[in-house]
Amino acid sequence: MSMMNTVNGATMHNMDKPLATFNGGLHPSEHKYLSTSTGISTLEQCKQYIFPLQQHIGAISQPLVKPGDKVLKGQMLAQPGDMISAAIHSPVSGLVTDIKPHEIPHISGLTDLCFFIENDFKNEWIERQPIGDEYNQSTSSTLRKIIRDAGIVGLGGATFPAAVKQTEVNVNTLILNGVECEPYITCDDVLMRERAEQVLSGAEIISHIIKARQCIIAIEDNKPEAIKAIGQVIKKDGTGFFQIKVIPTVYPSGSEKQLIKIITGKEVPEGRYPAELGVLCHNVATAYAVHRAINCAEPLISRICTITGHGIKHPQNIEVLIGTPIQSCIEHCGGYTDNSDELIMGGPMMGFSLNTDTLPVVKATNCLLATAYKAELETVTKKRQHLPCIRCGRCVDVCPVRLLPQQLYWYASSKNIDRLKQHHLFDCIECGCCAYVCPSNIPLVQYYRFAKTTIHQQQREHKASDIARQRHEANQARKEKIKREREEKLRKKREMLKNKAINSKNTNSKTETSKDNKKAVIAEAIARAQAKKATRDKTT
Amino acid sequence: MLFKNTPSPHIKDNSSVQNIMLMVLYGLIPGTLAAIYFFGWGILFNLSIAISTCLLTEAIILKMRQREVAPTLLDGSALLTACLLALALPSLAPWWLVVIASFFAIAIAKHLYGGLGFNPFNPAMVGYIVVMISFPLEMTLWTQPMGVNSGWPDFITTFNWVFLGLLPFGETIDSLSMATPMDLIKTQLNQLHDITETRNSAEYSPLFSGISGTGWQWINILFLAGGIWLIIKGVIDWRIPTAFLISLVLISNTFSVIDYSTNSSSLFHVFSGGTMLCAFFIATDPVTASTTPQGRWIYGASIGALVYIIRDWGGYPDGIAFAVVLMNIAAPLIDYYTQPKVYGDLDR
Repeated sequence: MSMMNTVNGATMHNMDKPLATFNGGLHPSEHKYLSTSTGISTLEQCKQYIFPLQQHIGAISQPLVKPGDKVLKGQMLAQPGDMISAAIHSPVSGLVTDIKPHEIPHISGLTDLCFFIENDFKNEWIERQPIGDEYNQSTSSTLRKIIRDAGIVGLGGATFPAAVKQTEVNVNTLILNGVECEPYITCDDVLMRERAEQVLSGAEIISHIIKARQCIIAIEDNKPEAIKAIGQVIKKDGTGFFQIKVIPTVYPSGSEKQLIKIITGKEVPEGRYPAELGVLCHNVATAYAVHRAINCAEPLISRICTITGHGIKHPQNIEVLIGTPIQSCIEHCGGYTDNSDELIMGGPMMGFSLNTDTLPVVKATNCLLATAYKAELETVTKKRQHLPCIRCGRCVDVCPVRLLPQQLYWYASSKNIDRLKQHHLFDCIECGCCAYVCPSNIPLVQYYRFAKTTIHQQQREHKASDIARQRHEANQARKEKIKREREEKLRKKREMLKNKAINSKNTNSKTETSKDNKKAVIAEAIARAQAKKATRDKTT
Repeated sequence: MLFKNTPSPHIKDNSSVQNIMLMVLYGLIPGTLAAIYFFGWGILFNLSIAISTCLLTEAIILKMRQREVAPTLLDGSALLTACLLALALPSLAPWWLVVIASFFAIAIAKHLYGGLGFNPFNPAMVGYIVVMISFPLEMTLWTQPMGVNSGWPDFITTFNWVFLGLLPFGETIDSLSMATPMDLIKTQLNQLHDITETRNSAEYSPLFSGISGTGWQWINILFLAGGIWLIIKGVIDWRIPTAFLISLVLISNTFSVIDYSTNSSSLFHVFSGGTMLCAFFIATDPVTASTTPQGRWIYGASIGALVYIIRDWGGYPDGIAFAVVLMNIAAPLIDYYTQPKVYGDLDR
C-alpha cells in the first residue's frame, strides 16, 4: 500500500485523520520562557568576522577570495565544493585579512580553515536582483540554483544543503518543521511569531520548486503565539494550500523522521529518504532564508539565534550575522552570570560544550546555552556518579527509534561489533532520551558515538587493508607466474638437452667410447653440412 | 564562566538506582507487615540477620575487589536482596541458615559475577536454592500462623530456637512449627488424602480459612497491593507480573477443572506461597529479567508455567526460586530473539 502511494506520488496524505505518535520520547522541563519575553533584537556590527569553510554537511567550500581582497556585503567568499556542499558569503563589506586555521564550533573542538573579514562599516551591498513574485515563472532548477548560490542549508541544526533536498520526484507534501522540541531553544518560535508571512512565503517558493500540492506547518502545542501568528497568515491566504498541525509537546518530535511519523502515520523506510513517502521536510528558518534569497536576493548571511540559560544575564533571541564571535553575542545579552559554568551550542539534549567563546556563530548555531551551577531545575549529569547498568529498561521505553539501549551499551562496552550492528546501532539518532532517563547516569550517547566512530574507523582500515592485501596478492601471483614461467622454460631446456643426450646415446649405442661418440658427432655434423651445401647448391 | 566540557545530554531526570531500590523496598512494606503479623518474631529475626549479613558481605567483598564501598552499599541493592531472601525463608529458620543463604546470595551469586548489574541469576533466589537443597528439613520450619491453634511462639522461645537451637522444656520443634498449606496439601496427597479431605479435616481446617490459607492470603494480597503501587509509580514493569499471573491462573485453572480433588484452584495458587512476592518483586528484578517489551511477556509467562509445574509435580513445597532462576538462564536468549523492530524497519 505504502509503496503504491510513493511510486505514483498521487495519493495525498489525509490530513484530517488523527495524529500518529512515535515510540517513546520525553517531557524535559522546557525553560523556553527564559528567552521569549522580548522580541528578536539585532546585534550591532562587529569589527571582525570569522567564517569556517565548512559550515554544512558535505564537501568543503572552495575559496573565491584571497587575503587582501576587498569584499562587499553578500559577496560569495567560497563556492560549493561539490554537489553536496554550500556557498559562504560575507555579511559585511570589508577586507579579507586572512585565511588560516582557527577553532570552530565542533563537538571535538577541532580547528579548520576560516576566512577572517575586517568590517569597514560601510555596508556596501553587491548588486542584487530580487526575483520576487515572478518566481512562479521560473523553473525549479533556476530557483534551486539561486538557493544553492545563496548558501542555504538546513537551519534546524543538520545543515544539509537545502537545494539538494528539494527534489521534484514524488513529493506532494511540504512539511514545515516549526516543532522546536529541544528545551530552551526558541529561535523558531519567535521567527514564526514575528515573521510568519515571510516564513510562509518561503514555503510557497519551496512548494513551487518541488511541485508540492499542500504544505503542512507542524508546531508543538507549547507555542500558542506562533500557532496564532501562522494561523492568521493562513487565514489571509485562504487557498487551503497551507495547513497548520498542532502536535503534542514530546521530545524529540522535531526530529525529521519522528515528525514524519506523527504527520503521516508512516515511517521512512530504513536507509531511504522521506520523498519515498511523498513528503519533504524543511525547518521554518530554512523557509525564511529561502524567502530572503528569492524575494530580497539576500544570501544566507544572518540567522536568529537563542542566547539563553541560567548562566546568561538577559536571555533573548538575536538576529546575528554569521561569523560574529560568540563573545559579542553573549555581551549583547548582558554577559554571563557569576555562577555560569558551561557554554553549549545547540540545545541541552543534543548540543555540545564549547571550550571557549572566541568561536564564531555558524549557520548551525540555533542556540547558545550557558548553564549555571545549581540553578537548573534538573540535576545536571556531570555532578553525578556513573553506576553499573541495572537493565531497568527505562531507556527502551523512551527510545524514539525502538532500539534496545541497554543491549547496545553492553555490546559497546565489550566492543562486540557484530552484535552492535545486529542491534541497529547506526539507526540511533543520538537524541539523548536514554541517557536522560538512565538511573545509573551512564553517558549512553557517548558510548554509541564512540562505538560508531570505532566501527567507521575499522571499516576504513578494513578497506585499506583489503586493498593492500589485494595488491600484495596480485604482486605475489605475478612473481609466482614469472617464477613458474622461468622454471617451465628451464625444465623444457633441461628436458630438451636430456632428450638430446638420450637420442645421441641411442644412435651411438654401438660405439662404446666417448671418442667414437665424438667422431660420430663430427661425422654427423659434416654430413649435415654437406647436405645443407647440397641443398644450397640445388637452389642456386 | 568555567567552560566545562560534558557530553550530551546536558540535563537529566532525577531517577537513580538508589531511588528505584528504595521504592521497591517501600512496596514491600505492607506484605512484610502482614508476614510479621501472621508469623511473628521469626520474620523480624530473618530480616535482621539477612540484612546485616548481606551488607557486611557486600562491604567486605567491595573492599576485597578494591571498589569504593559507600556508593555501592548505599545503592540499596544488597538491602533489597536481604529483604527478599528474609521474606522467602521460613519463619523458624535457624540463624546460620539465613547467614549461609545471605552470604551465598551476595558473595557468590552477585559479586563473583561482577557485582550489581552483572549477575545473571537473581541473588536472593540463588541463596534460597542453596539452603533449600542443602537443608530441606529446616526449610519447612514455619510457625503456626496467627489464628491457628496457639499461633506463633513468643519472643524468648523464638529467640532461643533461632539463635541457640533451644526448645522449651519437653517440646519438640514439631509442636512449634506447622507445614504451609501448600506443603500440607502435597504431603497429604502423597498419603492419598485429596484436597477437599485435607481442607475439611478437623486437624487442618483452621489452616485453610479463606481462599488460600490463614495468613498467606493476606500476605499475598498486600504484596499485590505494594506491587500495583510500584507499577503505578513506574518503578517496575507491568508486563512481567501480568504475564506471570495470567499464565499461572490459566494453567492452574485448566488442571483444577480437569480434576479438582488433586489440583488446587487457581485462586489458591495465586494467593498462596510466594506467588505475589515473586510476581512483583522477584521476577521483576531488572538485572536478571528479560528487558524487551515482548521478551517480558514470554519471560513472565514462562515463570508462571514453571512455578505450576514445580509446585504440582516437583518435590519442593514451592517452585518460585527454581522457576525464576531457570528463566534467568533464558533471559539473554529471549532478549536476543525479541528485539523490537526499529523505526523504518518495515519488512522484517
